Parts: sequence; structure tokens; C-alpha cells
Amino acid sequence: MATLVIENLRKSFGPVAVLHGVDLALASGEMLVIVGASGCGKSTLLRLVAGLDAPTSGRIVLDGRDVARLDPSARDIAMVFQNYALYPHMSVFDNMAYGLRIRGLAKPDIERRVHEAADILGLRPLLTRKPRQLSGGQRQRVAMGRAIVREPKLFLFDEPLSNLDATLRVQMRAEIRRLQRRMGVTSLYVTHDQVEAMTLGDRLLVLHQGVPVQLATPMEVFGRPANTYVAGFIGAPAMNFLPATLASQGTAARFADGTIQRFADGRRAGADGHKLTIGIRPEHVEFEPGGQNFQVDLVEPLGSETVLIGRLASGQLISVKVAGAGPRDETLMVSFPASAFHVFDGTTGLRIDPVVN
Amino acid sequence: MERRTIFPGWGLPVLLVMPQLALTAVFFLWPAGQAIWSSMTRADPFGIRTTFVGLENFADLFSDPLYLDSAGRTVVFCAAVSAISLLLALALATAADREIRGRALYRFMLIWPYAVAPAISAVLWILLLHPQIGLVGHWLNRIGIVWDYKLNGTQAMLMVILASAWKQISYNFIFLLAGLQSIPKSIVEAARLDGAKGFFRFRTIILPLLMPTVFFLVIVNLVYAAFETFPTVLALTQGGPGKATETLVVKVYRDGVINLDVGSSSAQSVVLMAAVIVLTAVQFRFLGKRGGE
Ligand SMILES: Nc1ncnc2c1ncn2[C@@H]1O[C@H](COP(=O)(O)OP(=O)(O)O)[C@@H](O)[C@H]1O
Ligand SMILES: [Mg+2]
Repeated sequence: MATLVIENLRKSFGPVAVLHGVDLALASGEMLVIVGASGCGKSTLLRLVAGLDAPTSGRIVLDGRDVARLDPSARDIAMVFQNYALYPHMSVFDNMAYGLRIRGLAKPDIERRVHEAADILGLRPLLTRKPRQLSGGQRQRVAMGRAIVREPKLFLFDEPLSNLDATLRVQMRAEIRRLQRRMGVTSLYVTHDQVEAMTLGDRLLVLHQGVPVQLATPMEVFGRPANTYVAGFIGAPAMNFLPATLASQGTAARFADGTIQRFADGRRAGADGHKLTIGIRPEHVEFEPGGQNFQVDLVEPLGSETVLIGRLASGQLISVKVAGAGPRDETLMVSFPASAFHVFDGTTGLRIDPVVN
Repeated sequence: MERRTIFPGWGLPVLLVMPQLALTAVFFLWPAGQAIWSSMTRADPFGIRTTFVGLENFADLFSDPLYLDSAGRTVVFCAAVSAISLLLALALATAADREIRGRALYRFMLIWPYAVAPAISAVLWILLLHPQIGLVGHWLNRIGIVWDYKLNGTQAMLMVILASAWKQISYNFIFLLAGLQSIPKSIVEAARLDGAKGFFRFRTIILPLLMPTVFFLVIVNLVYAAFETFPTVLALTQGGPGKATETLVVKVYRDGVINLDVGSSSAQSVVLMAAVIVLTAVQFRFLGKRGGE
């Protein structure tokens, strides 16, 4: 168990800056999930922490010691790779024992630890197999086993479930969470999958083009997204965004069609006419006679819920999520309850919270 | 997924395969057949009449101490050439696999020797090792090491081994580099995180994964050393001094072309041909099995 502190971590590959100053602090035993679109620098961040790449600048403090310039072997960190990276020429047992042998553990100790890990992961009957004789899920478990036998200070997971089929992914997701809690090892978990992001972590870091945008609990990220990027990235289907301007001394929003709606949670700072983006989640859109016209283009039934995608009279595309099968009509009347508004600056995209008096 | 084109009838397939079959027939089957035939004949001293003698030439061969000497010499020569050129190529390929500045130039320079004709490479080595005019040879004599490959058989052997190994390094380098690059980076990185360093990591992770390539190259190198070094040896030492560098191919040439003992020479080439067939069969079986796993 260890704490991890990352300070102003930057990385450039030649002239291309990939990470623009990441700051993090993990409590001992905490699991932090890093989420972001493909190519935003998640793997790069993990590789810097692991020591596989050298940072351009910044500090990585593991358990009070700056490890940023240390060889990976001196950091006591284990990583689960996206493609598992098992040693193809070694048996499952040897895959797990390799790191322990290098650490010079006695044979009986190695055997005990490997067997313990194998029991936890249900790998006992597979110990003599080679990786190529295993299914995807089993390989994934071996990769996990190789990480846990080491009893490292820190676990790193780089999209470990992305190569599994959907059912297995759900199952392994729960298993990883259980295992991490049980072992209490501080962990960084990288994913682009928002379900994993929401369910796995104690806290969530949203990374956007190498810039950390929001670090908070998953519910807070969902409930109070820091900007339009986070708002659009977390939640499925994505949040609807409507252009508007500030009106009535900051107490309301004026939409493109001229309607004015009062904010439910208070006044916003700024001059009237200031450009806003009003976000509203698809599940918060309501059907209401006398509302705006909504022309349905596409119906996506998901079983317990249905997503309707269509256009407002202004031509703007929005999606609406309803419980059950949903209405069959091609034209509906919808309204946007002010209580569900997320208010963002129309230019910078940053969240605007109500003024506290 | 298997992609297969089905040709209707026989005409077109036969036409397409014809050039290859014709080449094989003219340059392999025909001379090989002739060799097998003449290995079972013996010419009279004047070369006027040949008589069929069955396997007598082979029996003579295997009871001839000169032939057995040459065979032993060839084994040493092949082993040394293969070992030296593989080890050096492995070291160079490992270095080239790293992220280094000027990597492209470095690789290009290493691939170059492959394009040098054997006779020219022999001249290079003579200019290096000649006891009087060679850079290294002259220097060796100056500092008190008696060096003359034209008188000392061991030194001559050393020289042909070096020259032959050098020419094969490029080939090995290309294959080993490709082999190294086909090892997934993440496997090596996993080993780094597991704490494996330097030579230990190379021995326990990289080398085992490179083994199929190495095995393939061992066979190719043995065949190269046994056969394709002929022009190099001929240009450097002509098999001498005495018979110090006379490998089996050189002996085939000397007995057949110079001494005109066609029967024995043919028998020798048939033995060599059998050796190549065995080596190739071993290679196919081994690599074929691995591929099917
Ligand atoms: N070794 C490298 N050299 C140059 N650019 C790189 C290298 N590794 C990653 N990048 C770039 O850095 C960016 C982030 O990559 P990565 O961290 O792998 O993203 P993610 O894991 O979030 O999908 C990408 O644009 C990628 O092209
Ligand atoms: Mg990645």
C-alpha cells in the first residue's frame, strides 16, 4: 500500500506535447480511473508512472519517494497491459513466478504466492498451460495474477478489458473491483469506456487532449460536469447542448427561438446577452403538450429504455431517453425543465454555477 | 482465412508453372541426375572409356583419409563461420533494435556487405591481412606476432572463416532484426516491470522468442558455409597452404575440374547434395511444426 502524488507531469515527443501538466494525489488503497477519448494521453501517463518512458518534466512521488527518474524495476509497480503481454514461451505458473524469481524469493514462497493468486483468480487448473492455450478471459486473469503475486505498491491498468467480449467484460469489471478492494493496492485504471469509468473508481479523472479537465467522484463528474467536453463525454447518449444567451439580469436563459426560461437554481454572473450553452441530459427532456415540436428521425429501443433521436423546429439535433418502449408518434412536443439545466459559458465551455448571495 | 483461386482445366496452370519447372529441370534435375550417374562410373586414365562401377566410388571415398580429413575440416569451418556470423549479427541487430540516432544509416551500412561480390570481398581481406602489404597483417608482424597465412595453415583457416563469416553477417542481421522487431514491445516492457534487466532479460525473454529465427538461420548459415563460401576460399587461399583450407566443395572442384577424377568428384557432390537435402528437411519439419501450433 502506498500513496501516489503526481505533480505537474509533462511529456512531449519531440515537438509534440502530449501531456500538459497533470497533477494527482492518490490516497493509499484508492482506485483512480482515468478516462478520455482515444489518443488523449492516457497510456502515456501510465507509461510515465511505470517508468517505461521518461517524463519531460514533473514529479512522480510513490510512497514519499520521487521515482520519476528510476528504472521500472526499482519502482515496485505492476501493470496490466491492454494486450496482456504474457510471456508466450512460459507456462501460466512461470508467467506469474517470473517477477518473484527475479526478486530472489525462495522456491516454497514463490509456489505459495502463485498458488494463492491462482486460487483467487480460478487459475489453478491452468497453471501448466501456455498462454496460447488460453481463452481471452483466461489470459486476462493470468495478466492480473502476474500483477498481484508481486504484491506491488501500485497497480496500473491500461484498458485491460477492451479486448474482451461484452459479457466477460462486465464479469471481469466486477472482479477487478473486488480484487482491488480486497488487496487494498493503490491503483490507476485507464479506460475510454464510460461504464468502467463510472463503476470502477473511487474517483475519476477526465483527460482531454493531455489536459486534466475534472477530478472528482464519478457521481460528481456526472452531476456537475466541469465543462461541455466532460458533459458530452460522460453519460450515454451524450448530453444535448442548446445555444442560448443570458437574460433577465442573469436569472434566465433566452433560447434561439426567443423563449426565456428562469434558472431553477439561481442567478448567474455576467451581462445579459452573454453567450451560453445550456446542457440537458436526454433522460431529463420531458414530453409536454404545448412544448417545442420534436420530429423523430430514429428510434433506438434498448429494452428497458428507448432513445429517440430527432430535430427541433430550429433544426437542432437532440436525443431523448424514455423508460420502456416510448411513444410511437413521429412528431412530439418536448420541453426542457430548468431544474435539469447545466449552464456553460458559450465561448469557453466552462460550467457556470449560480452566484451565492 | 485461406484465399484460393481455382483455375478451370489444366492448360493455364501448367503454362504458369512451366518456367519454374523448366529452370528447375535445366539447372538442378539434369545436372543432379548427371552427377548421380557419373558418381557410379569410372573413367580410364586417358578419359576414353567409362565403366559402370556401382557404389564403388562411395566406398573408396569413405575409406579415403584425405576425404575424411576434408570432411572434419568442413565441419569445423561451418560451425565457426555460422557461430561467428550469427553472434556478431545478433549483437549488431540488438543494437539496431534500440531507438538510436542515425539508425537508418547504421542499418544501411550493415546490409551493404551482402551486395559485395565474393572476389571483391576477398581482395578486401587480402589488403587487410596480407603479411607484407596488408594493414593488419603487416602490423601483426611488426609487433612480433608471426603472421603469414600463406605458410601457416591455422592462420589461413582463420582468415577464410573470418572472410566468410563477415559476408554472411548482413543476411543474418536482416533476419534477426526483423525477428527482434516482431517481438511485441509490451512483452519486453512487462519483463522490465517484473524487474528483469540487461542480459538476464535478453536470455529469458528475447532469446527464447527469437529461437525460430535463430534456428532457421543456423540451417541457412550451415548451407552457406558448406557451399557458397567456395568463391571466397578459392580467391583467398585456393584451399591451401597444403590442404589446410580445403573444404568439401573445394575438394569437389579440385578433384573434378583440376584432377579430372570425375567419378570420385561426382560421388562427393552427391554426398553433399544428400547433406543439403537432410538439412533442408530438418528445417522444414521443425519450422513447419512450429507454424502449425
Ligand atoms: N512514442 C511516441 N512517439 C510519438 N508520439 C506518441 C508516442 N506515443 C504516443 N504518442 C502520441 O501521444 C498521443 C497520446 O497517445 P496515448 O497516450 O497512447 O493515447 P491513449 O492511450 O489515451 O489512447 C497520441 O497522439 C500519440 O500519437
Ligand atoms: Mg492507450
